[in-house]
Amino acid sequence: MRSGVVIFPGSNCDRDMIVALKQVTGKTPIKIWHKENDFPNLDLIVVPGGFTFGDYLRCGALAARSPVISSIKNHISRGGTVLGVCNGFQILIEAKILPGSLIRNKKLLFTCRETTLEVQNCMKNPFLSGFKIGECLKIPVAHNEGNYFAPKELLKQLKEEGRIALKYSKQKNSEKNYNPNGSSDDIAGILSNNGKVLGMMPHPERAINYLHGGTDGLKLLTNCIQQIIG
Amino acid sequence: MKVIVNVSLKEGVLDPEGQAIKSSLNNLGFEHCSDVRTGKQIILNLDQNSEDEVLTQAKKMCEELLVNTVIENYEINILKD
Repeated sequence: MRSGVVIFPGSNCDRDMIVALKQVTGKTPIKIWHKENDFPNLDLIVVPGGFTFGDYLRCGALAARSPVISSIKNHISRGGTVLGVCNGFQILIEAKILPGSLIRNKKLLFTCRETTLEVQNCMKNPFLSGFKIGECLKIPVAHNEGNYFAPKELLKQLKEEGRIALKYSKQKNSEKNYNPNGSSDDIAGILSNNGKVLGMMPHPERAINYLHGGTDGLKLLTNCIQQIIG
Repeated sequence: MKVIVNVSLKEGVLDPEGQAIKSSLNNLGFEHCSDVRTGKQIILNLDQNSEDEVLTQAKKMCEELLVNTVIENYEINILKD
């Protein structure tokens, strides 16, 4: 199992992700600087969270034009698996690897808290295939632009193709703010058309130890690695 | 040649910043202000002399980087001295 974590200027969840992947795979993932486009074949590439290039222009816009992106696209065309978390999700969207857009949170607040995610009835993918449909995972979010927006036709298409992987879930009927950002259809994570790329706003690497308040992130990453190894 | 690119959010795309500004304006007594939409302006200096060429280049820049066409519209204007 070979994994790699991409690092851009302004990435800040790269080290947490490296710790999490090491915990799951037993091997330290390689670090890939954003200017590299020549690295060994990997089973999993993770684009971690952060504030790449200071979030200038639009979140992820400048990172999505870095040299490493074409290598990530090659990795995907070879059937490789990619996970984008938070700013990593924004980068994958800006690179047009995933469709739609992530806009300002509805309430204009940077939201940093635990959310409950519900596994959706989606296409086969290496990230969630070990979970039951409707299973809930408690994983924290921390973002300012996580409000998933897509034109109606695209939302419909994503739904029909089973590409909506994770939604923010209401735990009690009284719970008003279960959706932390105003995301369309409560979307928290979507898949690429082959199911091998997942972009998600919540941070699984921040829920890998009981001291974090939970280990559901570890569950998700462990499942992903097991599915890849097969 | 100086080129001004105005980027605005498409209709129907939520603009929470615009809404916050609107409510602040209403609080200041500008109660006739019924909607506010925000955007951004990008000013480019292009070392080219032909207007056509400048427009083509600016459009390409918008499509490739400056604008997210899923949520934004843009308008290119050449600034004449």
